Amino acid sequence: MAKPLVKVAGLSRYFDVSAPWLNRVLDGQPRLMLRAVDGIDFEINKGETLALVGESGCGKSTVARLVVGLYRPSTGSIVFDGVDMAGLGGRAEMAPIRRRLQMIFQDPYASLNPRWRVSAIVSEPIRAFNLIKDEAAIVARVGQLLRQVGLSPVDGEKYPHEFSGGQRQRISIARALSSQPEFLVCDEPTSALDVSVQAQILNLMKDLQRQLGLTYLFISHNLAVVRHIADRVGVMYLGRLAEIGPKSTVFSLPRHPYTRMLLDTIPDLDMTGRQRTPVAGEVPNPINPPSGCAFHPRCPFANDRCRSERPEPKLNDTGSITACHAVEEGRLPAGPLTAAA
Amino acid sequence: MAIWRNFTDLVRRFLASDVYYSFKRSPTVVVAFALTMLFMVSAAFAPWIVPHNTYEVATLNLMDAFLPPAWVQGGKLTYLLGTDDQGRDVFSTIILGARVSLLVGFASVALALTMGVALGLIAGYVGGVTDSVIMRVADVKLSFPAILIVLLIDGVARGILPRDVHDKAAVYVIVLAIGLSTWIQYARTVRGLTLVEKNKEYVQAARVIGLHPMLIMFRHVLPNVMGPVLVIGTLGLGIAVLTESTLSFLGVGVPPTEPSLGTLIRIGNNFLFSGEWWMAIFPGLFLVILVLSVNLLGDWLRDALNPKLR
Repeated sequence: MAKPLVKVAGLSRYFDVSAPWLNRVLDGQPRLMLRAVDGIDFEINKGETLALVGESGCGKSTVARLVVGLYRPSTGSIVFDGVDMAGLGGRAEMAPIRRRLQMIFQDPYASLNPRWRVSAIVSEPIRAFNLIKDEAAIVARVGQLLRQVGLSPVDGEKYPHEFSGGQRQRISIARALSSQPEFLVCDEPTSALDVSVQAQILNLMKDLQRQLGLTYLFISHNLAVVRHIADRVGVMYLGRLAEIGPKSTVFSLPRHPYTRMLLDTIPDLDMTGRQRTPVAGEVPNPINPPSGCAFHPRCPFANDRCRSERPEPKLNDTGSITACHAVEEGRLPAGPLTAAA
Repeated sequence: MAIWRNFTDLVRRFLASDVYYSFKRSPTVVVAFALTMLFMVSAAFAPWIVPHNTYEVATLNLMDAFLPPAWVQGGKLTYLLGTDDQGRDVFSTIILGARVSLLVGFASVALALTMGVALGLIAGYVGGVTDSVIMRVADVKLSFPAILIVLLIDGVARGILPRDVHDKAAVYVIVLAIGLSTWIQYARTVRGLTLVEKNKEYVQAARVIGLHPMLIMFRHVLPNVMGPVLVIGTLGLGIAVLTESTLSFLGVGVPPTEPSLGTLIRIGNNFLFSGEWWMAIFPGLFLVILVLSVNLLGDWLRDALNPKLR
């Protein structure tokens, strides 16, 4: 297998959510750390799409922000094309890497500066990285980018408020593409859009991937969207990866009890009228995560080992990687929890 | 070319905007705007439009002192609002005084706005210790009344500067004093807005590119927090003019050789009980109308820019 474009190892990010120092001293409270991301590993090969799914609050977006460098990791490394990003200090050192990775955001109404013309928004990365110096060439490039995402070059004259949500997301994509990146991090790029528009944006992203050889890290909570766009899927739970593997394996042969539970919630024509297992319980508080396997309070198969020992990710015979004692020990029933393959 | 296109576009957008619509709808605001513009234009071109150059000693005639307004028995038509104890035309001194008052008002608002916006942006965007230091200074400042700080700065300036230097520098001292005592409002407003804006995704997008924080602050955040700042600035102009007049009235403002509205009222005050009422009343009336117009404008602007009140 080729060398992965992005390799994340032991990545963690803790947020200090403790009360201000004075209150802490007066009330005798300890420091509180929120473990948003708690030791995850994955690799993304060139040209493929890795989707991270999970319930809200499981740390998906934090992973996205860590990978593009908006947050610094607490521990672990993010290696982009052989360069460890945590080891890069200054802005100048980061610039060559930053040009090659870009981000698409969730809310198309907040991700474009309302006071800027579209052409200024789209050309900002070009100017920031000083990619094209000639003003006429920048205008031409912006026009080409807008056409590439299905807008008209004339739209560059307008302001963001003149566009609909889907069009704004296209502008976001044009901005992200303007520095000719190889790797795009997409943080729920379609969750704020109508279903019909979602499909358009997803198809646009797939087309662009094919044309430009892009690599995507795709964050979503929508399993249907993930099924449409992903090559590989990682299921996150409370800052950890429960299961990661090729899309077909994760969707048809899910191993981890949490993955099975999630897949059981997808509505399906075959299942009409059938009794389904609802997703029981709530995601625990990441400030004080459960001991051992983070999923054990909700897992029907949890035993003493699950409560005390944190499971390590292990490769299955199906090609997916699962962090689960029960899977490892082979004590999971293959029956009712499995979604229809 | 591009600038012109931007300008015409701006005008077109303004004429179609809700702000212009609500402006047209309110006669009060139109009148306030017209008055403010009249005062500003007359103050700006004061030396060319005043009927008498009242500070050219050679043109003064002591025989014309204490003349009442033109429509009162004994008044002369050339001295529309009467004359003062030196034979100076009150109408002309008001216009020349308004020039100084408005100059001090604009300059101190500009100073306070620049300082407050810059500090507020940095405090809000950088956060942490920087934020705490700036905002604690602002809090301490806020616990003193503005006029006290102005008196303090003015007093110190008086103490350390020789008298003739101080008279020349008096206007700048006042501008500095008013500016330093009013920047907090801008800083607090801008900091609050910056805290909201900096978490929006367009700022994150700029950070992903690796843009310098200063560029992000001034190119991205600043244009999006300026609306409320302009409103405070308009209201602040009225307050600054009043503060300057208060100081001049108390005798610690601009020197009598460079009269402001406050100085005129103070001088007129001496003659109020001996029957020469016009010397205090007209500058006072002018000051009231000026500040009222400016405040009405600011008040309207605040409502017009607030989408929840549309």
